[in-house]
Amino acid sequence: MSSNKLEEYLVEKGLFLTAIFSIIIILIIIAFIFREGFPIFQEYGVLNFIFGMNWAPSDEQYGVFTMIVGSLCITGLSLLMAVPLSILCAIFMAEIAPKTFRKILKPTIETLAGIPSVVYGFFGLIVLVPLVRVQFGGTGFSMLTASIILTIMILPTIISVSEDALRSVPHEYKEASLALGATQWQTIKNVIFPAAIPGVITAIILGMGRAVGETLAVIMVAGNVTQIPNSILDPVRALTSNIALEMGYATGVHYNALFGTAIVLFIMIMVLLVIANYFHYKKKVVIGGGYL
Amino acid sequence: MQTVFWASGIITVIILLVIIGYILIKGLPAINLEFLLAEPIDSGESGGIAPMIVSSIYVTLVAGIVAAPLGVGAAVYLAEYAGENKVVKLIRFGAETLASIPSIVFGLFGLSFFVIFLGMGWSLFAGGLVLALMALPTIFQVAEVSIEAVPRSYREGSLALGATKWETIYRVVLPAAIPGITTGVILGLARAISEAAAIMFVVGSALSMPISIFDPGRPLPLHLYVLATEGISMENAFGTAAVMVILILIITVVTNTLVERYQKKMMGR
Amino acid sequence: MNRIEVEDLNVCFDDAHILKDINIKIPKNTVTALIGPSGCGKSTFIRTLNRMNDVISGFKHTGMIYLDGEDIYDPKIDVVDLRKKVGMVFQKPNPFPKSIFDNVAYGMKVHGISDKDVIQERVEESLKSAALWDEVKDKLDKSAMGLSGGQQQRLCIARTIAIEPEVILMDEPCSALDPISTTKIEDLIHKLKDDFTIIIVTHNMQQATRVSKYTSFFLHGEIVESNLTERLFLEPEDKRTEDYITGRFG
Ligand SMILES: Nc1ncnc2c1ncn2[C@@H]1O[C@H](COP(=O)(O)OP(=O)(O)OP(=O)(O)O)[C@@H](O)[C@H]1O
Ligand SMILES: [Mg+2]
Repeated sequence: MSSNKLEEYLVEKGLFLTAIFSIIIILIIIAFIFREGFPIFQEYGVLNFIFGMNWAPSDEQYGVFTMIVGSLCITGLSLLMAVPLSILCAIFMAEIAPKTFRKILKPTIETLAGIPSVVYGFFGLIVLVPLVRVQFGGTGFSMLTASIILTIMILPTIISVSEDALRSVPHEYKEASLALGATQWQTIKNVIFPAAIPGVITAIILGMGRAVGETLAVIMVAGNVTQIPNSILDPVRALTSNIALEMGYATGVHYNALFGTAIVLFIMIMVLLVIANYFHYKKKVVIGGGYL
Repeated sequence: MQTVFWASGIITVIILLVIIGYILIKGLPAINLEFLLAEPIDSGESGGIAPMIVSSIYVTLVAGIVAAPLGVGAAVYLAEYAGENKVVKLIRFGAETLASIPSIVFGLFGLSFFVIFLGMGWSLFAGGLVLALMALPTIFQVAEVSIEAVPRSYREGSLALGATKWETIYRVVLPAAIPGITTGVILGLARAISEAAAIMFVVGSALSMPISIFDPGRPLPLHLYVLATEGISMENAFGTAAVMVILILIITVVTNTLVERYQKKMMGR
Repeated sequence: MNRIEVEDLNVCFDDAHILKDINIKIPKNTVTALIGPSGCGKSTFIRTLNRMNDVISGFKHTGMIYLDGEDIYDPKIDVVDLRKKVGMVFQKPNPFPKSIFDNVAYGMKVHGISDKDVIQERVEESLKSAALWDEVKDKLDKSAMGLSGGQQQRLCIARTIAIEPEVILMDEPCSALDPISTTKIEDLIHKLKDDFTIIIVTHNMQQATRVSKYTSFFLHGEIVESNLTERLFLEPEDKRTEDYITGRFG
């Protein structure tokens, strides 16, 4: 009898430990990233670091502003392409597509989410870079190329979360509208889509988070020059790329500066996450792993 | 308007077909038994990818063994034991945050914590641990949803027969939730097996065949990255990419079939 | 002799006072029916008898419930042991998504019986008692979810019998079943009453007269009247009982 109770007690406590493991890990991650990154803020100054235009480790120049702009530009441009396409596709899946076609689309989107990002990067390098070079000129390594690859990579996230949001609009709304004589398109435009907007916004933010955090696919096609781009055909360097490109040989202050880059990245992601949570969309992203 | 919607759906399918088709058409010719079983020669310019396959298996195994119990345990706790309180909200937010951290940041963390601070050195084991952290939130979230979806009547039936709460969970609830939990674990591990950025500074990128999990190694995605960006061999890069794509497709199809079969057997259809 | 005695039982969920001053004595090896309109607290009452309400947050009770003279809410009582003695069959059949055999063996396994022969034997015995053996003996390893609703409910009864309880609580066990399955279960109840004390909640007054020796009428969380079933239906003492059984409300 009491052995039963003891077992129950131990199990519950054990499970509790697994549950708070995530929190502990997050704290350790934050601690270590800040521990290694903080010295750069002290040595170089927070403002110099964030707003500095020059990144030249050999000259002890550690300004990441061009990369913040780079990350934002790539992300913005890819959202510009991905958002319309994915919202259309989500509405199509939730409301219009016949069952048979949905049966093709769903696994398609799951597979798109499952393709490794290096494979996307490789595809971009081999196919898109030459394509952009031939069509638009320049080297082909550009903000545009990176954005196209990111567009494809964030499609599944935005589509599946938006579709969930559209599907969770209560049936009565739709029926009421149709009963009033509205056409299907009017119903979607005036009733279903507006009701799903918070979910769709969450979907977009999640896609944005994925785009900001993507590393290797971007490195392979973006050109990685630390400059503010003048046109979408200019090469740019993202924050993530900066870390991946230089961590292999960085030492001393340079090493700290890369962790500093990670801090900036981490803060950007946290802001997005908090905004996403604000829209209070409780549905989980089942494919592609987690929230962002 | 109809056409625009149809176009969006068709474009999505075409994108997938083009990418997968291109990789497979260019990559399949490079794949043969020797490519799969031989060690690379001249940094991968020729030879095969056997050590990379083994490395990938090692890191994925470590990630699975570490992340699956933690993720499922946390899901069980939240679904069965915890009410809705502050700690639970914090745990959920923790999982979301973990899922949102960019892979390269995990890479830095792995380097500074596992490799340097804990003194593990460059090893597949350390890489597996980093990947476990990345897979954890997916496993947790999907498992929680599927545990919550188990009907309450199963739990009551078991309790009424005099089973304790824990007996009820592991004899009735978990078996009923297995399809969902498996899907979650596979999704998490698929993410782990595809990851390169998070482990590039952790696994040591060695080309030789790893003997134990504590050796350095170079999983497939990292090998592809190196081959492609250093321009070592496009042919082998295609081969490696094709192997990864096939691997992911096989994993997806096999789990889906197994899960479906188990579900059918369980529900007596 | 009485198997269960309930004295001044009051039950609240948070602030809602669901059961008021319940007093009832349930004699050994008989069938007692509980009738009353929807929401009057029948389910709540029988779920207090095996402490299934314990898991519901906000559940509070006062008063005493004795099983064979022992207070079942005594902190020294292990609910697991209690539920072994007081089995329960639910309104909707709820077999586990396991094989037919495993469903019946489940209770024995959680109570630490591991001898294969014993389990085998008792599974067969229980299925026979539940009048299900002939229908399932060739597919014991098939999932219980593939059975019909009536078969599933008899399986749930077999599962309960297999742990050899003293009391079996049945909460509207036939409400999800067709007339033929219902008849089978009623026959089964007749058979079981020699060995078990059965408490059955039912909405069907014919059913109450067919299966039970005693009947209690619940209304708004109170017991209005308890009597021999025959007496209660033929000469109800309370006006409200009369109204209810003649179909004037509820
Ligand atoms: N978990 C709960 N929390 C709060 N109130 C509850 C809970 N369960 C039941 N109640 C309330 O207790 C009252 C009695 O419910 P109960 O299920 O016992 O009725 P019943 O007689 O079994 O009805 P029915 O014939 O419809 O099954 C109802 O008013 C119900 O709303
Ligand atoms: Mg009821």
